[in-house]
Amino acid sequence: MAKTLGPVRREFAPWNDPDAVPYISFQNVTKRFGDFTAVNDLSLDIYEREFFALLGPSGCGKTTMMRMLAGFDAPSNGNVSLDGTDLTGIPPYKRPVNMMFQSYALFPHMSVEKNIAFGLKQERIANAEVKARVEEMLSLVKLEEFAKRKPHQLSGGQRQRVALARSLAKRPKVLLLDEPMGALDKKLREETQFELMDLQERLGMTFMIVTHDQEEAMTVADRIAVMDEGRIIQIATPTEIYEQPSSRYVADFIGDINLIEGRLTVLPEAEFADNLAIMQCPGIGSNSDVGLEIQVQCETTSDLAVGDRGWFAMRPEKIRLSHEVPEGLDPANPVNAVKGTIYDIAYLGDVSVFHVKINDDVIIRATQTNTTRLVERPLSWEDRVWLYWGADAGILLAS
Amino acid sequence: MLIGVPYLWLVILFLIPFLIVLKVSFSEPTVSIPPYSPRLDISDGMSALWQQIRQFSIENYVFLIEEPLFYRSYLSSFTIAAIATFITLLIGYPLAYAMARAPRSWRAILLMLVILPFWTSFLIRVYAWIGILKKEGLLNQVLLAIGVISEPLTILNTNAAVYIGIVYSYLPFLVLPLYASLERMDDSLLEAAADLGCTPMKAFWTITLPISIPGIVAGCFLVFIPAVGEFVIPDLLGGSETLMIGRTLWVEFFNNRDWPVASAVAVVLLLVLVVPIALFQNAQARAEEKAS
Amino acid sequence: MKRTSWFNITSLVLGFSFLYLPILLLVIFSFNESRLVTVWGGFSTKWYSEMWQNQGLIDAAWVTLRVGLLSATIATVLGTMAALALSRHKRFAGRTLFSGMIYAPLVMPEVITGLSLLLLFVAIDFARGFWAVTLAHITFSMCFVAVVVQSRLVTFDRSLEEAASDLGCPPAKTFFVITLPVIAPAIIAGWMLAFTLSLDDLVIASFTSGPGATTLPMKIYSQVRLGVTPEINAVCTILLGLVTSGVLIASYLMRKEQQRSQFKSAAAP
Repeated sequence: MAKTLGPVRREFAPWNDPDAVPYISFQNVTKRFGDFTAVNDLSLDIYEREFFALLGPSGCGKTTMMRMLAGFDAPSNGNVSLDGTDLTGIPPYKRPVNMMFQSYALFPHMSVEKNIAFGLKQERIANAEVKARVEEMLSLVKLEEFAKRKPHQLSGGQRQRVALARSLAKRPKVLLLDEPMGALDKKLREETQFELMDLQERLGMTFMIVTHDQEEAMTVADRIAVMDEGRIIQIATPTEIYEQPSSRYVADFIGDINLIEGRLTVLPEAEFADNLAIMQCPGIGSNSDVGLEIQVQCETTSDLAVGDRGWFAMRPEKIRLSHEVPEGLDPANPVNAVKGTIYDIAYLGDVSVFHVKINDDVIIRATQTNTTRLVERPLSWEDRVWLYWGADAGILLAS
Repeated sequence: MLIGVPYLWLVILFLIPFLIVLKVSFSEPTVSIPPYSPRLDISDGMSALWQQIRQFSIENYVFLIEEPLFYRSYLSSFTIAAIATFITLLIGYPLAYAMARAPRSWRAILLMLVILPFWTSFLIRVYAWIGILKKEGLLNQVLLAIGVISEPLTILNTNAAVYIGIVYSYLPFLVLPLYASLERMDDSLLEAAADLGCTPMKAFWTITLPISIPGIVAGCFLVFIPAVGEFVIPDLLGGSETLMIGRTLWVEFFNNRDWPVASAVAVVLLLVLVVPIALFQNAQARAEEKAS
Repeated sequence: MKRTSWFNITSLVLGFSFLYLPILLLVIFSFNESRLVTVWGGFSTKWYSEMWQNQGLIDAAWVTLRVGLLSATIATVLGTMAALALSRHKRFAGRTLFSGMIYAPLVMPEVITGLSLLLLFVAIDFARGFWAVTLAHITFSMCFVAVVVQSRLVTFDRSLEEAASDLGCPPAKTFFVITLPVIAPAIIAGWMLAFTLSLDDLVIASFTSGPGATTLPMKIYSQVRLGVTPEINAVCTILLGLVTSGVLIASYLMRKEQQRSQFKSAAAP
């Protein structure tokens, strides 16, 4: 079990509890469309009250997963169950899950309140109760004054909230969110993400979100499944996904990262013993004789052996820059440090990004927070600088 | 059921009737009612059917070739339709262009004004021209009054009147696709051309015109194809020398009561129309491909 | 820029004069006192009252109206079904033939359609007349309806139906409460098109009609062949007025609806 870095958002981790019963369960699910395999023999457990995110590029199968849960697509193999009930053969209109569509799919000929009431009306619920529930939903999404409007008379953000209210009105066992903020602009998207988290916590419901936006998944979700080509690459909390990616694919997909390829000469021990991992860079495939040696002391995924090809992955914001030799560093035998030339600087306001050339093949990106309103930068183009980082800054990846 | 009912309907009322036309076109004319024989009767069994097929004659088609009236009708239909289409383009292009360049707030109204005649009766619109074009008609009155001519012109019952009728009736068919392709054109293309030193006139020939070619092609086919088979316009506005195949078919059917020959005329007309229709669909498919 | 503007305005004025002047003259001369349609003899509405005396004309108008309403309604149902079949079922036996049969009547010369239907009615001993004309009109106008409705279905968001299903609405009900209302404008437009096509048709009706089922265009046509009369002008004026006001009211209502929605969404925070 990987060590958890930093505090988790709240004390809620049923996936760590061996006795916890999964609420939603995909068992060896495969979905093929003709020759194309959208989901490939995939198993996944989601727990009650969890906010679960499926993250991946378009075409990775995440939407298909959601559609199989909603009942729009039937698995080619395997089965999906919810709260102990096998869902196979149950049509969408009889499943206790509701979905918020990417296009919102608001009925254009119905007013906001009619849209929200639509699901309730299908249940033959008494009119008075329907009315009460619609009002409750309208106040939940703060759209009371807009009840009589038609969808085309609303702004994008308002439509999104109507769609949300409509899918929540039936109090489904699971709320499915298909790229729910894809059509919103960045600022509104961020606001809405927090509102969504709030709502989920208040209602105590199980949410499943599909998104290609890693920031969105990191913000809202308790756990994230990173998917690619119909398979799950990693399931973990946002912190773990960011700090302990299981592979280069995940590391690269989430945020910005430096990946330095090399061959391991010495393997570190998992719990930061004094042992060093020493990598020969540039590694395999390079015919350069001038081998760069980077010595790193860090965590590693367990399946690496000496002599293996590996990747040292390190986030740019974890690297520090200095003209002088960092304190306590032996310049003749540097550990977790390397010397390079500043090649490019991008000033982004809050941070500056430095591209530091180590040799012809390796460029490391480092970001420095601009803590003062500096007029002159202490670091400039063509400067020879030391890059250094802590023992917990990077991770060695096998794949 | 969604497929079945309309499918069955079209098979019975579109496909089978056409097969009957095909069959009748191979039959012999008689003076009986209906005025042709033999009739295909499946109840006689397969051998009788074969017998009947062997009796099919291509006599009617031979007649179409031998009798100059028919091939002249076909040829003349295509010529008249082609000339009329060209005139329609000459009138329709400036109109479509001006509509596309009009202020945005006018465009909906202008578009409406082009579509509106399309909803009003074809027959009435053709009829309206009779009063204008005839010898003592309004056009001659005006021309005489302003002294352009001293003798009234004979326009009605000539090919010229047919051209006017076709241009008038089918103008919206050409303007609509042309307007659509011109309106879609990005204004900054012309600005870019001007920026690069192109005069407005040259920009029209090198930028606007090539871009509107899909619209021109679609519009021209939409005028040409129905104009070839037109009956009402040559019948009401054309003269005795105006040969158009739709009218020839009508005369053959109603006046001469020669159903087999009329059927043969129909079959051949459809065959010759297949070429422009195929060209049109090909052009449409390519335009759609380009758009996507 | 100024010069091209003048060119454009001239094009518009000439183009629209060409489109509307003949119709305008026809309307003006329906109010002519003189029997000579081309010489103005003073204002009069006598041709309108005379028109109402013409029983043959009234009968023909009645036949046309019944054929139009009946054929447009049935054609709309069949055409909508065909459009749904074409856009929902990408593969079925004979789909190519089916779509061919939908598109062919659009480009088929009317004389051929008329002739072929006549030969069918003769072959099966179906009496030519009211019902034959109605069947013929249904056949060709359903194809126009199918094309209009299908072009709307292309942009129809299928997730609306999925959303309804997701919210507990069974498929058949979804069709009636979601799909149909959303594509209703196209269906109405299709109906209007079918109705006007039927109202206009001379050629196919001439082939398939029989005694006692003379339609208005047939009546007008036979009178026009005898010469232009102010009475025909009056009939045409009334027809033009009806169709034009129908189309204008429909588009006015649509524009108003659009403007209202634009206004409201602009006012929305």
